[in-house]
Amino acid sequence: MANAKSRTLPLTKRGLNFEMFMWLFTRLSALAMYGLILLAVIGALIMGARNQMSFADILRWGFMPNANHVQDTNVPDLAPWENPFWKVTGSLLLLVAVAHGVHGCVVIADDYIVSERGRNIVRIISIVFMLSMMGIGLYILWTS
Amino acid sequence: MSLNRNVPLATGLRYRGRGNQLAFVLHRIGGLGMAIFITMHLLASFFGGDVGRSLNHVYENWLFQIFIFFCILFHAINGLRITIMDLWPKLLEHQNEAIWLEWAVFIPIFGIAAFVILRSAMGG
Repeated sequence: MANAKSRTLPLTKRGLNFEMFMWLFTRLSALAMYGLILLAVIGALIMGARNQMSFADILRWGFMPNANHVQDTNVPDLAPWENPFWKVTGSLLLLVAVAHGVHGCVVIADDYIVSERGRNIVRIISIVFMLSMMGIGLYILWTS
Repeated sequence: MSLNRNVPLATGLRYRGRGNQLAFVLHRIGGLGMAIFITMHLLASFFGGDVGRSLNHVYENWLFQIFIFFCILFHAINGLRITIMDLWPKLLEHQNEAIWLEWAVFIPIFGIAAFVILRSAMGG
């Protein structure tokens, strides 16, 4: 079993349809989220988190760099944390994560809902849900 | 939409796929857990009020924190394994070793985090 040879086509020979595109998007967005979270954590350390925040607070900031997430810590001044740079980083993280997550839910639903009509309903609901979550998230990020 | 898997949930649960199957199931649980949590969190911050505050109390609970950290960490590490193996398909020949490596990374990180969460929950 350990010696079974993989018979997988290289990426360039697989063609591209919507499912293939979303398959690739899921992988690349995962890497992008790793990068954005790492950027937020490094940024927090540069802004002085090492002496002013607990590890849990840093992770909370890392998973979503929104100034609300650090207001209960010992950070003396919220101004650098409210910088537009972090709002853009947070917005990118939000958009990528919501698209990744909603597509994941559609993949799970497709395993149990197999009729053409059911799948179309799931797709319409998921698109509406995705757009409203993106809207709500962006509103919170840019107005709070 | 020509792909028709049409396997009921009960049959899927009886399938014995060992480590890979367990990772697959936990990846789904983690993904769904995060999706539900983030939806609740966004709606609570958007609407605020009493409902928002009571939702905040739910996810400040240590049990919920351990659960959601399990979801995030397992989904992240397992997702990284899937990404690496899918983008470099030759590595699929070592998929069983990858599962062990994944648990070797996951267990110490999750153990330390669970210990810290429990310690602060007990007021220490």
